[in-house]
This record gives sequence, C-alpha cells and structure tokens, in this order.
Amino acid sequence: MADLFTIEDLRLSLPDMTKKPLLGQAPRIDILKGLSFTLPKGEILGIVGGSGSGKSTLGRAMVRLLEPTGGRILFDGQDITHLDEDGLRPLRRRFQMIFQDPMSSLNPRHRVGQIIAAPLSLHGFADVPARVMDALDHVGLSRGFANRYPHELSGGQRQRVGIARAIALRPEFILADEIVSGLDVSSQAQVLNLLEGLVQELGLTLAFISHDLSVIRRLCSRVLVLYQGEIVENAATAEVFDAPKAAYTRELLDAIPLPDPDQVWT
Amino acid sequence: MADGRSQIRRRVGLKLWLSGGWIAFLVMAALCAPWLAPHDPLAQDLFLGRLPPAWVQGAEPGFYLGTDSLGRDVLSRILYGARLALIVALVAGSLTCLIGATLGLMAGFLRGWVDVVISRAIDIWMAFPPVLFSILLIAVMGPGLTSIILAIVVIDWTRFARVVRAEAMAQGAMDYVASAQVAGRRRISTMFTEILPNVLPTIVVLLTLEMGIAVIVEAILSFVNLSISTDDPTWGGMIAEGRTSIHQAWWVLVFPLVTLFLTVLSFSQLGEGLKDRFDPVLR
Ligand SMILES: Nc1ncnc2c1ncn2[C@@H]1O[C@H](COP(=O)(O)OP(=O)(O)OP(=O)(O)O)[C@@H](O)[C@H]1O
Ligand SMILES: [Mg+2]
Repeated sequence: MADLFTIEDLRLSLPDMTKKPLLGQAPRIDILKGLSFTLPKGEILGIVGGSGSGKSTLGRAMVRLLEPTGGRILFDGQDITHLDEDGLRPLRRRFQMIFQDPMSSLNPRHRVGQIIAAPLSLHGFADVPARVMDALDHVGLSRGFANRYPHELSGGQRQRVGIARAIALRPEFILADEIVSGLDVSSQAQVLNLLEGLVQELGLTLAFISHDLSVIRRLCSRVLVLYQGEIVENAATAEVFDAPKAAYTRELLDAIPLPDPDQVWT
Repeated sequence: MADGRSQIRRRVGLKLWLSGGWIAFLVMAALCAPWLAPHDPLAQDLFLGRLPPAWVQGAEPGFYLGTDSLGRDVLSRILYGARLALIVALVAGSLTCLIGATLGLMAGFLRGWVDVVISRAIDIWMAFPPVLFSILLIAVMGPGLTSIILAIVVIDWTRFARVVRAEAMAQGAMDYVASAQVAGRRRISTMFTEILPNVLPTIVVLLTLEMGIAVIVEAILSFVNLSISTDDPTWGGMIAEGRTSIHQAWWVLVFPLVTLFLTVLSFSQLGEGLKDRFDPVLR
C-alpha cells in the first residue's frame, strides 16, 4: 500500500525564551531530534510517550501548524515541509485534526452548525447544510444540536462535534491528539467506538496520540514510541506489546494497570 | 421552568430595560426638542428670573422645572442640552471604540511587529496627563464640538486598545484558532470571524462606558467653559451657572445634575445589560 505520510529526519527546535539573554538570540531547544517513519494509507498509528516527549509537536508538524526546522514531510508524495499558508490551503482539506480540549477548540460563541459548516464553506463545498447534517448523523448527534452552543453540550458531545468538524471535509488523514483524555470512562469508550467505525467507513488514515496504552492497543495497528524527541520504538502493535525492544517501552508497559484486578490472585 | 435561573434572567432584563429606556427617552427628547420644549431655551426674561419648579409655591404656569437667574426655562435647556450630550456620546464613543478596538485587536491577535508598534504607542500615550492634554488640544484648536470629540478620541482610544489587546491575546491562544488554521482560514479572516465575536461583549461594555465618560467629559469641559459657545445650552454649563445661585434657586443646579447622573449611570448599565442579554455564553 502507498504511504500517505513519509517523514524523513524531521527536526524541530523552538527558541527558549526563558533562557534568552538580554541582547541577541535565545538559545534553541530541540524538541524533535530527527524522526523518520512512514504512515501507510489506511493505518491507525498510535503515538505514545511520556509528557513532554514531543507527541503534540510531531502531530502539529504533520498537519503543518508548526514548520519543521529540518528534514522533510511528504504528504501523498508532495513535500509540505516548508509550504506557506497559501501553498497549504488546497491541501488543508485533506488532513484534519481533532483537538484534546473541545472547550478550547470549539469557538464558544459559534453554534455547532456554524462550527461544522465553516471549514466546508472555506473549501467551497456545495450543499453545506446537508453536509453538516450528514456529519452530525455520522457522529451520532441529533440534528437539533446544530443550533446549540458548545457550552450547552456534555464533554462527550463536544468531542463528537470536534470529530464531526474534521470528518465533514472527508479528509484522508486525521490527527487525534489525546482526544479522550478529558472524558470519563464510558464517554471514552463511546468516542473510541465511534472513531473506529468512522475510520472503517470513510477509509481514514489516523494518527492517534495518547498516553493510555490500553487505548492504543485496542485501536491502533502500529505504534510509535517517543522518548525525549526521538523514536525509540516503531513496530506493529502486537509486536510492541508482546516483545518490546526498547527499555523505555518496557517501562511504559509495566506502568499499565492490569485490566482485571482478580488476575493478580490467580 | 420554576428554577432559580429564570429569576436571574428577569433581573438582568430589568437592568437593560431601565437603562435602555432612559437612553431611548433621552434620544427622543433630543430629537423632538423643538416640539417638546415649552420655551425657547435661549429666551431671557428678567421678570421671570429664578421661578421655582411647578410644584413649589410661587411657580408660574408653563415653567415646569423653573427658570434660571436670567429667566430661561430649565426644562427647555435640559432638552436642548441633551442634543449636545448625545451627539458627543455617540460620535466620540463610537470613534474611540472603532479606533481603539481595531488597534487592540490587531496588536493582540496578529502580534509581531504590529504589536510592538501599537504597544509602544499605547505606552507613550499613557504617559501624557490626559486632562492637561485635552485642555491643550482645545486651547490650540479652539472650543467647539469637533475639538471636544477629538479630545475624547485622542485621549481614550488607549482604554479600548489595552483591554481588547489583552482579550484578543488570550483568545488567540485558544485551540479554535489553530482549528481555523487547520481548516485553511486566512489569519485576517480568523481575526474577524473567530476572535471578534469573543471580544465583542467586552467591546460593547467598554463602548457604553465610554459614552457615559464622553457625557461627563463634555459636562466638565462646559463647566470650565471650554466646551462650545456658552450661549448654547449644555448640562455642564447649566451646572456651572446653577452652582453660583444654589442658595436662591437649587433647581437650576439639581435638575441638570440629576439628568447627567441618570444618563451616565444608564450608559454604564446598558453595556452590562446588553452583554447579559445577548452574549450566548452567559445566556
Ligand atoms: N512554544 C514552545 N516553546 C518552547 N518549548 C515548547 C513549546 N511548546 C512545547 N515545548 C516543549 O516541547 C516539548 C514537547 O512538547 P509536546 O507538547 O510536544 O509534548 P507532548 O508529548 O505532547 O506532551 P503531553 O503528553 O504532556 O501533551 C516539551 O518539553 C515542551 O516543554
Ligand atoms: Mg500533547
């Protein structure tokens, strides 16, 4: 199968404003230190790693919210590493993102219908209202939700709106950055089931960032383990969970609570 | 629904209705002053000087709020004075708001050199003592409606710029801005469609506050004789005149003062009321 993303030696550093001398340039901190991997079409890639390991930074570089300082990102064969916003605009429809905190990622003063419709209108879709309704149907929200404001929804419903906004454009790739970490366990399961179904139905390629390994294990076909801005493990999910190569991965796995407490006693 | 929320909403509505009602009443009075005013506001008649209001002993019929020491009708002068007060409030308030809010929005959201330039301008501006600055400006330009409005705009735009800048900066860090970028929206367009609706409630509150401030500034300038020509009835001018005869004719001072107070109070409450009523996040 063809690769949707090809990432070669991706580097990203940001100026460290806390250490900026009075005069002159701030020293740069390397956040991504040369990552290389490919993401084949149709895969669900799990990205795990400790806090501050660079997961979000990697994701935001892939959807070009951040510009890499080195290396290359190829999307469907096209080099998008240093494209400016004008160059990216035609491609923007094809890779979308779902954010961690829907309270922050949904404009509090726009109605749900407006939130889902805005990207559609931007990309010149015809029959926007019909597509908004279709997106709401897909994420299991009744059509009446189009007239609500985000603060009038529950956490799980808000995250569904975030998903609806992303899939309405019928993208090929979606980045999901810790999208269930703010939800309670039962909403988590519902949102994950929903996402799984949508990936199947719409033939999506997904990058799923999480620090919850049990979620990754359930959902993902491949896993990328990041440690301090470097890839320490990149393999099929079963392989990572059954025979982890890196010491850091083993540490992560040991930290997972056992799914069934009774197992300890048998 | 009989829960607590509906009661809060009723009280909110009251604030809006009272303040909006008074402003609307004032606007009508100003527009219809030529028909409403019982007398010519400039007509003097020394035989009718210092007549008390209608309900006090010794009043003449037709002079409902009494007359001043030159025999001019207080009610008619308040009605005509409302014209100047409202013009200043409306024009100076909107201009200040437009300039200050636009600069603040650009500085707070676009950041970079735009922010550097605008923030420096604000800092330098704020170092000037405002009252001296306005008196200087009017001294140079000469008294008149334009100079009053200009003085208010020139001094007060920083009030909007600072607050809106801070607010826009906070909103700019929200993920819905990143989301708009992922959707391919241009930055300028994001500023208007995503950020503006979120700073608008603050802008409305500031705008109505500014209108109240403009009314006060105009009154103060009239009081120190720096407003428009002294013949034209202004609330500040009336208060200044009333002050000299407070012991003989309290009504010359009290009625314009109460009108001024109610107007400024209404403007400040109007913004809060509008925000409570129309901000979707608070409803
Ligand atoms: N704007 C920034 N300026 C400087 N450093 C930053 C900036 N954004 C992120 N970093 C640093 O980059 C590193 C990686 O951050 P990133 O958000 O990618 O981590 P993460 O793996 O997503 O962590 P988490 O699981 O907590 O979300 C962190 O050490 C963080 O402090
Ligand atoms: Mg993160």
